[in-house]
Amino acid sequence: MNPEAKRPPPAKSVGVRQPLVDGVEKVTGAARYTADLAPRGALVGAILRSPVAHARIRGVDTSRARAMPGVRAVVTGEDCAIAYGVIPIAQNEYPLARDRVRYCGEPVAAVAADDAATAQAALAAIELDLEPLPAYFDAKSARAEGAVPLHESKPGNLERAVEQTFGDVDGGFAKADLVREHAFHYAEVNHAMMEPNAAVAHWDAERGRLTLHSVTQVPYYVHLALARCLQLDESAIRVVKPFVGGGFGHRTETLNFEIVAGLLARAAGGTVRLELSREETFLTHRGRPETDVRLKIGLTKAGAITAVEAEVVQRGGAYAGYGLVTILYAGALLHAIYRVPASRYHGFRVYSNTPPNGAMRGHGSVDVRHAFETMLDTMAGELGLDPFAVRRANLIDAPHRTINDLQVNSCGLGECLDIVERRSGWSDRRGKLPRGRGLGMACSHYVSGSAKPVHWTGEPHAVINLKLDFDGGITVLTGASDIGQGSSTLISQAVAEVLHLPMSRLTVFANDSVVTPKDNGSYSSRVSFMVGNAAIRAADEMKRVLVAAAARRLEVSPDDIEWDGERCRVVGTDRELGYRDVVTEALRDAGTITVKGTWSTPPETQGGSFRGAAVGTSAGFSYAAEVVEVEVDEDTGMVRVLQVWVAHDCGRAINPLAVEGQVQGSVWMGMGQALCEETQYLDGLHVRANLLDYRMPTIVESPPIDTSIVEAPDPNGPFGAKEAGEGSLSAFLPALTNAIADAIGLRLDELPASPDRVLEAIVARRRAERVRRAAKPAVQEAD
Amino acid sequence: MAKRVLSLVINGRLREEAVGDSTLLLDLLREQLGLTGTKRGCDGGECGACTVIVDGKPQLACLTLAARCEGAHVETVEALASGGRMSALQAAFHEKLGTQCGFCTPGMIMAAEALLRENPAPDEATIREALGGNLCRCTGYVKIIEAVQAAAGGAR
Repeated sequence: MNPEAKRPPPAKSVGVRQPLVDGVEKVTGAARYTADLAPRGALVGAILRSPVAHARIRGVDTSRARAMPGVRAVVTGEDCAIAYGVIPIAQNEYPLARDRVRYCGEPVAAVAADDAATAQAALAAIELDLEPLPAYFDAKSARAEGAVPLHESKPGNLERAVEQTFGDVDGGFAKADLVREHAFHYAEVNHAMMEPNAAVAHWDAERGRLTLHSVTQVPYYVHLALARCLQLDESAIRVVKPFVGGGFGHRTETLNFEIVAGLLARAAGGTVRLELSREETFLTHRGRPETDVRLKIGLTKAGAITAVEAEVVQRGGAYAGYGLVTILYAGALLHAIYRVPASRYHGFRVYSNTPPNGAMRGHGSVDVRHAFETMLDTMAGELGLDPFAVRRANLIDAPHRTINDLQVNSCGLGECLDIVERRSGWSDRRGKLPRGRGLGMACSHYVSGSAKPVHWTGEPHAVINLKLDFDGGITVLTGASDIGQGSSTLISQAVAEVLHLPMSRLTVFANDSVVTPKDNGSYSSRVSFMVGNAAIRAADEMKRVLVAAAARRLEVSPDDIEWDGERCRVVGTDRELGYRDVVTEALRDAGTITVKGTWSTPPETQGGSFRGAAVGTSAGFSYAAEVVEVEVDEDTGMVRVLQVWVAHDCGRAINPLAVEGQVQGSVWMGMGQALCEETQYLDGLHVRANLLDYRMPTIVESPPIDTSIVEAPDPNGPFGAKEAGEGSLSAFLPALTNAIADAIGLRLDELPASPDRVLEAIVARRRAERVRRAAKPAVQEAD
Repeated sequence: MAKRVLSLVINGRLREEAVGDSTLLLDLLREQLGLTGTKRGCDGGECGACTVIVDGKPQLACLTLAARCEGAHVETVEALASGGRMSALQAAFHEKLGTQCGFCTPGMIMAAEALLRENPAPDEATIREALGGNLCRCTGYVKIIEAVQAAAGGAR
């Protein structure tokens, strides 16, 4: 090959601030989301939900509802006896409750009717005969002796207990100069993506086929669950994901309403639109669980970690969902951010009579990271070290294999630290701000895709098809679910980069199971990394085909072709061929061309062989460091975030504009959890199931976020890229509470730092001070 | 349910529509007229995704009875692009990534549109105040503010 041809091509698409390929539709209102799709004449679906948190179902009388004019179908637990769940070994949920309801709001029956009013009237006509059972709304009471198990096979309501020890933990603590242990409590939070849940199901009665449009992040998992629960051949189902208004993990597993829509459409023999209200969307839950963390860390005088021990208890809700993965993540991601020579982890995932928890942005890692970074901050203070110095004392030098067998091949955390330290003016300002104002910092990390898929089929982890036709356009066929994060744009950039073609030659067609290749879905930040790699390989293959065609036409060897997209030439000559002529040549005899690219994680990144080892594994880890500046009003307990500085190591910013957007969104979502977001139940009834009581930050109180991108290229990443959409979330929480500590010298053991909690802590401290002052003279007298 | 014939101007077009007394403007737009750019994001007045402009003022279509719009001029996100060109705000939201999932975007853009018509050069605090009832879950609002500022700057 001519050395000239080996030269890396000049960047054309990668690294460019690229507006979203589907952005025009979003700003003009042309984008169609699931609720926008229902054809005229579609039936209206509605779900009857359990009014109590725990009960045996003695009967569901639907006779009156069925007899109502305009009611086309009524389905109950009798209509689906097959349990589903995202983890193949933990499937214990029914689309409509059978025998028992386990949380307030659990679907029990559903109707399809001519219009919404009739559907609601039919729900009201269904009679439930329920025999109440004791209900448990926190992990402690659910685990108490004598508690009624929610699931017969799980005594003590323990869904999963994890015990993991790596290295010499006791020796590590013995070696430490400072050992501290502390307990923390975290409220449950919810994704609250802007688009409420919805599905449109069409039953083709003549052919016995089902088509479902839904708001999912994981069309493939929905496809599997529909086939399972409706007992249909997988090829009789078509799943389409239209535009989706966010997900953040809520939609990374099949949700009950998606199966209910299918059941209703089949029962009614037509098309059913099932739009959930915002309240029902909250009740579908799957958010981050209420969590208790007890953490013990040993440090040397220089700040080096000698050992870590953590106990994590998660109130998991009524069904398994992703639960066992969440509790494993909480332990696994104690690692891969710093060097940890020894660790012990005790994890307890507990069933409770609350809506099922699931995956949420930063899955499993967020609360534990808060505890960890908080303790590093307090212990740094005790050792007389700067918080930055403690982190620097523990940095990973990649490549590095953690003691729990995670493979870190790149780590730009050191550079992230340098950047936020400098940009925030840390060394000049920390500790010198007026009372009530403070600076805090923290770090975080995340996986770029779980290295082992949930459903192990032996297939590649990602597949991309490219179709080239007579018009010279290339259609990128992908099953990757763009839910706003920009994956379709990124895939398009990757293909354009390899082919040196303008993105205008490309059209991304995504998420229609009869057309696009299977994809595991948008979760664990896997898409950029895995699908990006598959896109590069598909484009390489297309390029090989095109170069071969050009060589044929120009009657030279393919090695002599210098490819430059819109034109190519014979190296060392001025003989050229335009792209359209190359395409014509390529299609001659062959016709429409379809090529494929696939990618799988390298085996060495897939983790160890101990039980639960797959969780936390990744082919690439992202890193982030943050500094937060706050102002605390000691009279009201109000915490205001004035400014955030964040630096995120994404390996390579394929689309810097989207990376910034993802990082800012992550930081902000972390802020919501840290400051104000929490679900709340009263005897199991969700009392914040709306966007006013589930308080998230508005534009009014959202701070400027100074965003820096660090590029520590990963050898496995597409163009070196790693994830950008989750890793910077969890650093915000400890950076905030560390800043509050700097501002007013107060440490909260509980999040969110809502005004009531902060004020209570301030008042408690004042009271303690008064008691201490009052006690002092007495002590002196006694002397 | 009794229906009445309602006359109003929607996106510059005179419409006569039969509506019930309790029909919401949001349902009239989405269900009867197929103008699905206006989104339903909540159970009533929580999120701002259904913001439209009624007689020049931003209004939540989910809290507006259609019957109260007799003779009104209603504008939705579909009306902003003209002659194949996106409006300044639409272009800025697209180019600055003021939209990610896009679900809050129509309401956000209509609220910003109402602001810029009244105040073509708002400062940042004014922008924040005007969009205070429009929730976004993706962006952290940073690029939304940049987009509105860019559109306002371009208009000057």
